[in-house]
Amino acid sequence: MLKNRLATVLIWLSAALICAVFVCLLADMLRNGLPRLSWSFLSQAPSDAGRAGGIAPIIVSTGLIVLVAVSAAAPLSLATAILLSEFSSPNSRFCQVIERSLEVLAGVPSIVFGLFGNAFFCIYLGLGFSILSGGLTLACMALPIMINTATVGLRSAPDDYRLCAAALGMSRGAALLHLLLPAAAPAIIAGLMLGIARAGAETAALIFTSGYVDRMPDTLMDSGRALSVHIYDLAMNVAGGDANAYASALVLVVLLLIINSLASSLTQHWLRNRIMTS
Amino acid sequence: MTLSKRNILSLSLTDKRLARLLGGCALLAALVVVLILGFLLGESWPVLHHAPLTHFFTDASWHPTQHLYNVMPMLTATLLSSLGALLLAGPLGIASGLFMHYYAPPRLAGVYRRLIELLAGIPSVVYGFWGLVTLAPLVGRLHPPGVSLLTAILVLALMVLPTVALIADAALAAIPAAYLRGAAALGLSRWGMIAGVALPAARTGLVSGLLLATGRALGETMAVLMVAGNAVQQPHSLFDSVRTLTANIALEMAYAMGDHRAALFVSGLALMLLVLILVGMADVFQRKATYA
Repeated sequence: MLKNRLATVLIWLSAALICAVFVCLLADMLRNGLPRLSWSFLSQAPSDAGRAGGIAPIIVSTGLIVLVAVSAAAPLSLATAILLSEFSSPNSRFCQVIERSLEVLAGVPSIVFGLFGNAFFCIYLGLGFSILSGGLTLACMALPIMINTATVGLRSAPDDYRLCAAALGMSRGAALLHLLLPAAAPAIIAGLMLGIARAGAETAALIFTSGYVDRMPDTLMDSGRALSVHIYDLAMNVAGGDANAYASALVLVVLLLIINSLASSLTQHWLRNRIMTS
Repeated sequence: MTLSKRNILSLSLTDKRLARLLGGCALLAALVVVLILGFLLGESWPVLHHAPLTHFFTDASWHPTQHLYNVMPMLTATLLSSLGALLLAGPLGIASGLFMHYYAPPRLAGVYRRLIELLAGIPSVVYGFWGLVTLAPLVGRLHPPGVSLLTAILVLALMVLPTVALIADAALAAIPAAYLRGAAALGLSRWGMIAGVALPAARTGLVSGLLLATGRALGETMAVLMVAGNAVQQPHSLFDSVRTLTANIALEMAYAMGDHRAALFVSGLALMLLVLILVGMADVFQRKATYA
């Protein structure tokens, strides 16, 4: 009986501890970041190594890097997801090899992606330190989560759809286009969102691929500093950059929270509909 | 596009073409891993082929300019910080899972799950920054300088906690309700039910969650880089400044040339192999769970 009580107390305590730390973290971000945050902070270029001024070029660079990553990863991951769920049985050798390799890819540390991106995109393909190399490196990182979410979404589309389409003599391609992809659209978009969030949160893979330059990028071949790299640089290399680092961190966290909660509300909404209709 | 076809038993020509196209894309996606391994091996080849591997463990110190590449201090720091983070985050994460399933009222459990998901979405650089400006001074009050192995362990634990908690949550949710009803019918206390039925039933899922969390901790760069102090030395206490393998790569890649650069790629390769082993183990455990 004593054990039972003790366990109850300990488990409630650990939950309370986690909540407290989290509230602490958020409150700290808000308290130190909000005063610096203003329209001019978002619309000005940084000056004095980032101690003063804003983060406008950095937001643009971040957006471009994420855009490159998503536009490279999305078609590839959608195609892979369709192949895995519609055109091969889950037990086939090919399917298993692909799934295993994606599992491994999901576990690769981000700094290793950075090394690879530097060796492959920057040097081997000759793209140099540029938004393009950074974005492509992040595309490799975001592949597993995007493929996984889309595959799960497609696989959970009801088999009735496939049977009906076959009975009507529709080709597989038509069934996909008209029935299965629309049915799985929320899951596919949620996967996209999660990929964006993964790309936006990344730092280590970007330092040696997209670089440090904090000017406004003109083309995709320019080096651009991502928001996360900006936070790192202000915190570690710039004395007195803490205030702006706080504000940038707040911007990044808020952006990622919005994207993540969009993704999770999409999947939840979709699940509820699924349960009601089936 | 043709909407219909005559023979429904075999794929039509357009479908065959589509399947081939998709197969090509999937192969490309699967090749990324091979490409990564290939480039890591290729870049580290200069050091690997003219020096034996023992070089990395027996050299006097890590002084790349003098061609001394002893990675032991960094390897120790990586392993110690991950182990410490796991010892902290493991019990707390599993406790969170138990809290969501057996202790909290449903509404509170939902809010708590949301909170953990939010925690999982915060980028590592923000954890590192927060650790540097908030946690490090606190640890520094205990024992200066503050940026130390202990701070790294605390920040890492906070980072991998959501991974453990969410996987524990999923593993506990997958326990058949009949088990729990059986336990309740036997009149077990709540803790008796958890220790005797729930935890053993969810064991495989929990272990694979812990393995994945270890992989994340080993591979984490930014958070550790910002709070560990980055002095290359064998740690003698929790308050010593350390440098992990990942931090070493991040710090030295900017100016590394020739053999030095290759040595950094070797440490990247070692990290990747470590993580591969962990992922493989987690996979085996999960497989056992599905066939049990």
